[in-house]
Amino acid sequence: MQIIKTLTAIAITGTLIIGVSSTQAAVSGPKPESINWSFNGVFGTYDRASLQRGFQVFQNVCAGCHSLNLVAFRNLKALGYNENEVKAIAAEYEVQDGPNEDGDMFDRPATPADHWPAPFANSRAAAAMNGGAVPPDLSLITKARGSGGDSAIRVSMLQPSGFPLGADYVHGLLTGYLEEAPVGFDLPEGKYYNKYYPGHSIAMSSPLGEDAVEYNDGTKATTDQMSRDVTTFLVWASEPELEHRKQLGVKVILFLIVLTAMLYALKRRIWANVH
Amino acid sequence: MSDTAQNAGQSTGGNAEIDEQTRRDFLIWSTAAVGAAGTALAVWPFIDQMNPAADTLALASTEVDISKIMVGQSVTVIWRGKPVFVRHRSADEISEAEVVDLALLPDPQADGARVTKPEWLIMVGVCTHLGCIPLGQKQGEEKGEFGGWFCPCHGSHYDTSGRIRKGPAPSNLTVPTHRFVDDTTVLIG
Amino acid sequence: MSGGTSKFQSNNGLVNWVEHRLPIFSFMDAQLNQYPTPKNLNYFWNFGSLAGIILVIMIVSGIALAMSYTPHTEFAFSSVERIMRDVNSGWLIRYLHVNGASMFFIVVYIHMFRGLYYGSYKAPREILWMIGIFILLAMMATAFMGYVLPWGQMSFWGATVITNLFSALPIIGEPIVKLLWGGFVVENATLNRFFALHYLLPFVIVGLIFMHLWALHMHHSNNPTGVEIKDEKQDTIPFHPYYTIKDLYGLGLLLTFFAFFIFFAPNYFGHPDNYIMADPLVTPAHIVPEWYFLPFYAILRAFTTDFFMYIPFAWLMSAKLAGVIAMFASILVLLALPWLDRSHIRSSNYRPAFRIFYWVFVIDCLVLGWVGGQAAEGILVTIGQWATFWYFFHLIIVVPVVGVLERPKALPNSIAASINGAPQAAE
Repeated sequence: MQIIKTLTAIAITGTLIIGVSSTQAAVSGPKPESINWSFNGVFGTYDRASLQRGFQVFQNVCAGCHSLNLVAFRNLKALGYNENEVKAIAAEYEVQDGPNEDGDMFDRPATPADHWPAPFANSRAAAAMNGGAVPPDLSLITKARGSGGDSAIRVSMLQPSGFPLGADYVHGLLTGYLEEAPVGFDLPEGKYYNKYYPGHSIAMSSPLGEDAVEYNDGTKATTDQMSRDVTTFLVWASEPELEHRKQLGVKVILFLIVLTAMLYALKRRIWANVH
Repeated sequence: MSDTAQNAGQSTGGNAEIDEQTRRDFLIWSTAAVGAAGTALAVWPFIDQMNPAADTLALASTEVDISKIMVGQSVTVIWRGKPVFVRHRSADEISEAEVVDLALLPDPQADGARVTKPEWLIMVGVCTHLGCIPLGQKQGEEKGEFGGWFCPCHGSHYDTSGRIRKGPAPSNLTVPTHRFVDDTTVLIG
Repeated sequence: MSGGTSKFQSNNGLVNWVEHRLPIFSFMDAQLNQYPTPKNLNYFWNFGSLAGIILVIMIVSGIALAMSYTPHTEFAFSSVERIMRDVNSGWLIRYLHVNGASMFFIVVYIHMFRGLYYGSYKAPREILWMIGIFILLAMMATAFMGYVLPWGQMSFWGATVITNLFSALPIIGEPIVKLLWGGFVVENATLNRFFALHYLLPFVIVGLIFMHLWALHMHHSNNPTGVEIKDEKQDTIPFHPYYTIKDLYGLGLLLTFFAFFIFFAPNYFGHPDNYIMADPLVTPAHIVPEWYFLPFYAILRAFTTDFFMYIPFAWLMSAKLAGVIAMFASILVLLALPWLDRSHIRSSNYRPAFRIFYWVFVIDCLVLGWVGGQAAEGILVTIGQWATFWYFFHLIIVVPVVGVLERPKALPNSIAASINGAPQAAE
């Protein structure tokens, strides 16, 4: 039995080591602050007020350069807006439709079924307007950075490797600008210094100056506050299923524990007389 | 199932054995029930994934701007992949549809039951016979003997209320659920 | 199939009618119900059936995903995201499939290391073991092509790197790579054929599993003592209900472990870069395969021009080709294991010297996996090279030599004797 225990222990450690090492090296440099997000952990949920504020930051600041291709207006209901509010938000934007009877494409107000319109027609146009750097699409940004999406076990397994959660990385990036690059760092023309960006030299200027937006709910728009809100919004955009997933997960695991316990009792009973 | 296990064991004899047997049977059946329930619940997502997805459902209703449709004109819009006829009926067409003796119809239905506002007739433009699209939407197209629509595939004639009057089709053209959002907009679906 | 000729009988007319024409009921009865199984199997013998169940989960979830997936470079990435966002329960099915691949490899690797420890590959089970290696190869091919389908950055660059391995072959290398790609780079034709093959291969695996089970049932399961069944009455118990319930209990534990990843850490085994759509003009900073390929990836990378295992072959081939050959050889050498191992004792429990080497080998494989996940620089290159050396040294030198030199412990007379402590325990 000793062998079994040792082997199990080695197998599990092996799994964890390999799991961690396989996701390493996506982000280097100093570790951003790890925030106690409302969506962290087994029972995590999104803070609706923060989502709505984050959406406001996205609309007013990010959306000028970044696309959000995978999000449709109808999805905004998850932020706590009702049918009519979603329609009103959609109607503020124009999307291309067509061709009409004359064979021409035309613009019309967006409907809830439409996806978020991109600020640039294509990546070439985006690069041309942004000094050669294409602003990445933000629909999956928190999954595509850091440890790749929400992970309930990051504290025990991923932290020792210095590997931040995607949300922590995005928040760190937005708040991690330095006015001037440290002495000796050769910052190229037109680039900005960021503590957490790999290589530190980033093409995006610090996007969230104090009071960059005026919050509808009266919250004071500090850089840190806006960064937290927009990060929450972007985590939602990456993982809209998160709340449902976690709630279902708790039920499924409780069920499996009960079923496994019953199977174990039955196994004991059936095997009781085997010698 | 229980026999083989019993044989492998030592017999302790008497009531204790029966008691043990009962308890084990209970455990077997309750575990099987819990397991079966879990399996059934786990199967559902795999079936449900075949149902229309959220993006498909988002297009399940269509808003139509009817402000530009003149009296006597029709337009065809696409709703859930099917053509929908929206007809701005003239007073003649309305009265024609209303005076018909229901007893003469293959599929009796009053005109009032098919429209929300009498001047707007909205129907799925798919012949109830075998799924062709009837003629009669455009100016100058064959409208059939009853001045409504005519299906060229097998010769079904529909009247100005879209009801089947003559030919092989078994029932009237289907009226989709719709409501008038305001005077110039109708929501289909 | 030998053993357990069925005593199957039924009062049901329909059952008897079918049985007379197709003896499926007596077959099932003999192979799944009465099938005599050593009574001393430990929990490591659960992993074979667990692997089978995971394969079923993978096929079912895979078919569901294929209903909404589009194998085209322009739509693949967004069709996967549509599954995640719009298809009913799509996120659940995809996370099930994604993490299922990792679970499959965890279970199969444990299954293989169990076979290595208890000598399950030895006569008369050589073909059983070899079919198992073919199953592993088919799994690897399936997993590799499946990882390409979402068309993220790692999908694209992983496919590029792995297919380029074949270009190391002299003369036929370039034509083979072009053939695999259906073009001059990894592109739409490649994605489309990978989808076709990814859908086909699991059913090939199912066929191989039937052969694996057929071979297993010829000589029955090995057991922790490695002593063959001598007396069916004393040494074995019927498969049902004893091992059906034990397997179900194990399944319950595995599903709980599995569910934890699906619901609370669904991207734990994955790479964040795969949530960026493939861009043929931008290479990620660090290309890593999925974790289950890391040991083999480490072996591939170990072959640099100054590696001592390569130098003797330097006149013959490039270091790149040597790495590719070594990587495939690391799996193919396992096919020869039944003949490399000269010891007649199966279980390492009775082989004190081999047992130590066994654990060193396990650690060596973990080290290879760890090195495979790191950037190839500095001391890590050296560690990877020594670990690669030890991998082959263990299988080709240590295993035969220890088999000849070792003085094993005394084996029990029978399975029953090993349990009772003395042969023929009094009733």
